[in-house]
Amino acid sequence: MTTLTTPAASSAASKRSPVSDRSIAENRLGQRLIAPAVILMLIVTAWPMVRALYLSLFRYRLTTPDDRQFVWFRNYLTVLGDGLFWRVTLNTVIIMVVTVAVELVVGFVFAMVMHRIIFARGVMRTSILIPYGIITVVSAFAWQFTFSINNGWVNSWFDWLPWISADTNWYGAHWPAMFAIMVSEIWKTTPFMSLLLLAGLAQVSEDMLEAAQVDGATWWQRLFKVILPNMRAAIMVAVLFRALDAFRIFDNIYVMTKGAQNTESSSFLTYRQVIEQFQLGMGSALSVLLFLTVLLLAFLIVRLFRVDLAQARGEG
Amino acid sequence: MRQRMGALHWTGFAVILVWCLLPVAWIVSLSFKSLNETTVGSPQFLPKDPTWANYKVLLNWNDPAGHDFMRALINSFGIAIIATFLSVIFATLAAYAIARLEFRGKRLVLSMALAIAMFPVVSLVGPLFDMWRTFHLFNTWPGLIIPYMTFTLPLAIWTLAAFFREIPWEMEQAAQVDGATSWQAFRKVIVPLAAPGVFTAAILTFFFAWNEFVLAISLTSTTGSRTVPAQMSFFVGPDPFNPPYTQLATASVIVTIPVIVIVLLFQRRIVAGLTSGAVKG
Repeated sequence: MTTLTTPAASSAASKRSPVSDRSIAENRLGQRLIAPAVILMLIVTAWPMVRALYLSLFRYRLTTPDDRQFVWFRNYLTVLGDGLFWRVTLNTVIIMVVTVAVELVVGFVFAMVMHRIIFARGVMRTSILIPYGIITVVSAFAWQFTFSINNGWVNSWFDWLPWISADTNWYGAHWPAMFAIMVSEIWKTTPFMSLLLLAGLAQVSEDMLEAAQVDGATWWQRLFKVILPNMRAAIMVAVLFRALDAFRIFDNIYVMTKGAQNTESSSFLTYRQVIEQFQLGMGSALSVLLFLTVLLLAFLIVRLFRVDLAQARGEG
Repeated sequence: MRQRMGALHWTGFAVILVWCLLPVAWIVSLSFKSLNETTVGSPQFLPKDPTWANYKVLLNWNDPAGHDFMRALINSFGIAIIATFLSVIFATLAAYAIARLEFRGKRLVLSMALAIAMFPVVSLVGPLFDMWRTFHLFNTWPGLIIPYMTFTLPLAIWTLAAFFREIPWEMEQAAQVDGATSWQAFRKVIVPLAAPGVFTAAILTFFFAWNEFVLAISLTSTTGSRTVPAQMSFFVGPDPFNPPYTQLATASVIVTIPVIVIVLLFQRRIVAGLTSGAVKG
């Protein structure tokens, strides 16, 4: 709660030069109204996180709770010195980069189609929202069965491709398994991407496009010189949201491979340490590292692409 | 230009429909195959011999599999609805303040909500697993509802703040000038204006809670509080090398029905909620 009372470099504070009773009352009311939500958010995230930080300094196995021993940062050293941690991080980064890149392209094509189409908008909106609303576990099962060797249709529909035959085992090797996981992730989340991009597309002024056309700009020129630059905010917000979401991938992997064939993600490794191996100390160290990675990632994306979320939200 | 693009648009339209609906059609088709058909191996898309057998098992309270599934459905609905209800109430208060009042720490709240929305939920699993056993919250409804607030609350605040900013609040004063009491102004002017936004935020929040998986498998141990996604992931049947494909597909279809109904009824609002304010500027 102390965070609330700090004058968070707010421009609002300076604007209110004559401090009236009314503005004091408004200030107080505002803080009272947000207090329950803020306190609740802190209780459910900050508190467990502090607890994780504390536990990460112990060697602590739930099966032998009496052997709990303070080991300083040894868990972190073990994790960071283990090839598994880096392999898993690399997997997660690959999944994030590939899925977001594909989603961005496919999502943009979908958005273009939806933007221009004048018929059956309701049908299209409904269909595009179904992958968005479907449970991730269900999507993972649907795709697991799709790629199944005995019961899936991928092998029989695509056996004309040189590297696919009736007995292609998609879950038998690293890259095919990663491919199947990424397909399920892309299928489920592209609609969200395309809806965000569609909203961005609607902001591009038609007049500007017509002017460019009159001036003789080709379709590609209009796309890269007019449409995309004018949608920058929308694209960046979509990338930020999706990248951070993709980095936390867990459900698909749990359902489709259970981490076999080196398909574990960072979230999956953390889960496995805590729940399956009962290594609470080590698992907490992983939790803290995962949290820091996400934080770093968010910082990098925001900095790299100079996403101004407040501006993008019309927050000014 | 637009006329020439006609064929292209039709193709695009068809591609989007196939993309979105093919996997759904696949699980529906799979749910009508018999268990024997998939045990032998059945790579073709449509069932050889369509049957309702899987639905009869899963919707039968006296069948062990059906019993567990329906318990999980009840848990899923209960937990998602309560989590949604609570977060929308708190978020409405917060979003009203953010949209209408000038106070210190306003931007901080929005940034905090955003930061928490991006928080890796799996990081909570370890500490919560430990704490919940001490507080006797492990494997209970509140044990899931409380941590669900980490993602439902920021989402609701974010969506509602965007909606509330669009509301012409002056109308409240206008009504009062016209002689309405403040209660009447609130009841007749503000509530009807704010209700659609609140409702949309509730739908989106519900989707998130309905979808949650990590906490659901980590903080539960029996069907007493396991939600559908968790129950499905544990439902491998007697032979681990031969999962009951058809029953899993049937369960998938059944839990997708509420999603489809909500989408059909409120598609326009959901799209507005997803994108309102998310891209502006």
